[in-house]
Amino acid sequence: MANHSATHPKHVHHHFVDSNQQFESAKLGMWVFLVNEILFFGGLFCAYIVFRAWYPELFTQAALELNTFWGAVNTVVLIGSSLTVAMAIRSAQNNQKRGLEINLLITILLACVFLVIKYFEYEHKLHLGIAPGTFWNPTPEIAAVLDHPKANIFFGIYYMMTGVHGLHVIVGIGLMIWLYMRARKGHFNSEYYTPVEITGLYWHLVDLIWIFLFPLLYLIE
Amino acid sequence: MANASTSASSAASTPMKLKVKQFQPAQTPTNTYLTDEKGVWAWLTTVDHKKIGLMYLGSVAFFFALAGFLAIALRTELWTPAKTFIEADTYNQLFTLHGAMMVFFVLVPSIPAALGNFILPMQLGAKDVAFPRLNLASFYIYVFGAIFTFLSLANNGFDTGWTFYTPYSSDTNSAGIIWVTLGVFILGFSSILTGTNFITTIHKLRAPGISWERLPLNVWALYATSIIQVLATPVLAITILLLAMENILDIGIFDPALGGDPVLYQHFFWFYSHPAVYIMIVPGFGIISEVITTFSKKTIFGYWAIALSSLAIAFIGFLVWGHHMFTSGQSAVATTIFSFLTFLVGIPTGIKIFNWVATLYRGSISMKTPMLYVFIFIFLFSIGGFTGIMLGALSVDIHLHDTYYVVAHFHYVMMGGTLIALLAGLHYWWPKMTGKMYNEPLAKIAAGFIFIGFNVTFLPQFIMGAQGMPRRYYNYIDQFTPFHQTSTIGSYILALGFLIILYYLAHSLFKGKKAGPNPWNSRGLEWQSTSPPDFHNFSHTPVVIHGPYDYHQPMEEFQLGLAVEHGHGEEHLAADTTGSKAAEATIA
Ligand code: HEM
Ligand SMILES: [Cu+2]
Repeated sequence: MANHSATHPKHVHHHFVDSNQQFESAKLGMWVFLVNEILFFGGLFCAYIVFRAWYPELFTQAALELNTFWGAVNTVVLIGSSLTVAMAIRSAQNNQKRGLEINLLITILLACVFLVIKYFEYEHKLHLGIAPGTFWNPTPEIAAVLDHPKANIFFGIYYMMTGVHGLHVIVGIGLMIWLYMRARKGHFNSEYYTPVEITGLYWHLVDLIWIFLFPLLYLIE
Repeated sequence: MANASTSASSAASTPMKLKVKQFQPAQTPTNTYLTDEKGVWAWLTTVDHKKIGLMYLGSVAFFFALAGFLAIALRTELWTPAKTFIEADTYNQLFTLHGAMMVFFVLVPSIPAALGNFILPMQLGAKDVAFPRLNLASFYIYVFGAIFTFLSLANNGFDTGWTFYTPYSSDTNSAGIIWVTLGVFILGFSSILTGTNFITTIHKLRAPGISWERLPLNVWALYATSIIQVLATPVLAITILLLAMENILDIGIFDPALGGDPVLYQHFFWFYSHPAVYIMIVPGFGIISEVITTFSKKTIFGYWAIALSSLAIAFIGFLVWGHHMFTSGQSAVATTIFSFLTFLVGIPTGIKIFNWVATLYRGSISMKTPMLYVFIFIFLFSIGGFTGIMLGALSVDIHLHDTYYVVAHFHYVMMGGTLIALLAGLHYWWPKMTGKMYNEPLAKIAAGFIFIGFNVTFLPQFIMGAQGMPRRYYNYIDQFTPFHQTSTIGSYILALGFLIILYYLAHSLFKGKKAGPNPWNSRGLEWQSTSPPDFHNFSHTPVVIHGPYDYHQPMEEFQLGLAVEHGHGEEHLAADTTGSKAAEATIA
């Protein structure tokens, strides 16, 4: 019964009865994984809430050091990439090989733009001595405005949250490159586009998390 | 209805007819999963859930032996009130290592990843878990995590206790702590992957006819466990990651010297680790339910009560973590609420015990080794549970917290519960996994050693603890000497029991009698295949028309499978009119 019978398409693994079952399983598996991701970030959000409740004035003060403009640009960039990834799925469903490739490429590009902007933000802060933990050493001008004794904690949380999120973006780029290469080889069509679909799900979550991070970190009044 | 043969739940509403045939498993199979692919490399790269399960079993046994060996060293050190043979610092490292290995490397993966991996797809009539490659990945992640832990030993080790409480764990400048926390972090992923895999498998890969109300209770238990794994483990992951960062970078979230909060660490840690005790015990409940019906030859009493109480435990288990922190300076309101919720967990647990006992009532009980372990389980776990309730009572816990009483409590639940259940399951499914029987009289003797040894080891610890002997102490006052010495002697008896098991299981592998497909005459689906099963578990796609514990139904009706094998579901929907008894089955 291991043999692929005529009705058992090549992409269906031997232990599934049919393509549909495989697709449904992959999707459910990804959803479960996303729940798990939410709890993973949930821990960080929880730490954020606790410290914000304790030191509200710290958060208002420290948020001023973050560049709202570039944060907003990055938000738009990621939302855009969520759109293109959705369009990539649509193209795969409609057998549009070219559309799939282009949309994947744009998504990869946008994700890279996000990282580059993030890099410059980090770079700027490190330059001012607003560094995590042991390396915390703000310049005198910064220290004059950022005079809260626990300021390092805000940035500890900031680096952890954006850092872990950034890692997810990098993983996403890797996945998208893999998809692109498979798409070039014509692996996907309206019958089989499971990897595109579930990577898309993942990417939406990465985007969504940023949509929470942005106001929580940058837009504190 | 294109996938009618897969999603039995959609079939639940509309009864459908399948063309079926009776498949009697061969007494001595010619082609099994063990003979299918040979060689070390084939094992190491296999995606077969059965082999992966066995590899997990082997690793778990290895770590159990290692951590058990440390335990014997610890107990031996405690023979005298002062130094017996190891230094205090070494002692601290040893109990930490013992605890961390037993929890993270033995108990958490033991039942789900080892036995569960093997049995779950078979109980669902599936050919494999939903994601076989992830399953293999999870095994290697586990190995990887273990390597990190060993690297930590090479880097000064760690002596924080398995709970890694801050600020001690963040201030101790030992590379060992960083390595071990990363190891535990990595290990978490293996647990998450197993959970994700099981949830998907249970939802999507059930054979025709296995509706939710026909799921074996072992599957329900693994389902509840998987949910906890997926919801709790990521919180441990982030906690451990923050702890590692605290150690490497001093980010200041948990370290009071930098403005952080060590109690926040405890909240995070126990938010995972209390549910984690259910990751350890709930699969044990599943095994007990299976074994108890098989050896009582009787339908389980209160199927839904047992199935749903697993889910209830999973749910309430998330709300009680604060009972580990009654003395950590939580608010009085929080402690009271946590105490109340802790009492609530006792209810679903009690429901299970009552249902098991009711199952025994008027059953035709055969006292085979697995059943013997069930009785040991009920006895020991009840003691563990009751003492847990006592610890949940605020005023009592203030006195007993961090004493040997707590040590005794969690050994009664973790060893007396989980590990005994694991032994029950191991003996129960051993013939299925290996195709061989073990030496029954020796097995019973070993069970006797374990039962006696266990109680001799841990009962005195309740008394010592109540009298004020603190846990994790290297020295003690003379007054406790007799208790400690009794406990040490008990641990030797216990060890002897495990050595006997090791002996007769190894013997059975090579010289054991052939088991035949169903030595216990069970109605469970996994017993309707050959022993050992073939690579795809069954030679046919099973069709299930009865619940797994319907001992009043004839055996033939549990041996049905699709008459025609095709890649697609539609063909076999046609009603068959050949008139033979098993030629047509209506699955509702
Ligand atoms: C009826 C169920 C249970 C109740 C009411 C209960 C209650 C408690 C309480 C209140 C404590 C804290 C004692 C203290 O530190 O002062 C505790 C500790 C502990 N329990 Fe349970 N428990 C239950 C079941 C379990 C199970 C099933 C397991 C594991 C399989 C378990 C494992 C542990 C462990 C490991 C500790 C000690 C943690 C440490 O190192 O501090 N418990 N339990
Ligand atoms: Cu607990």
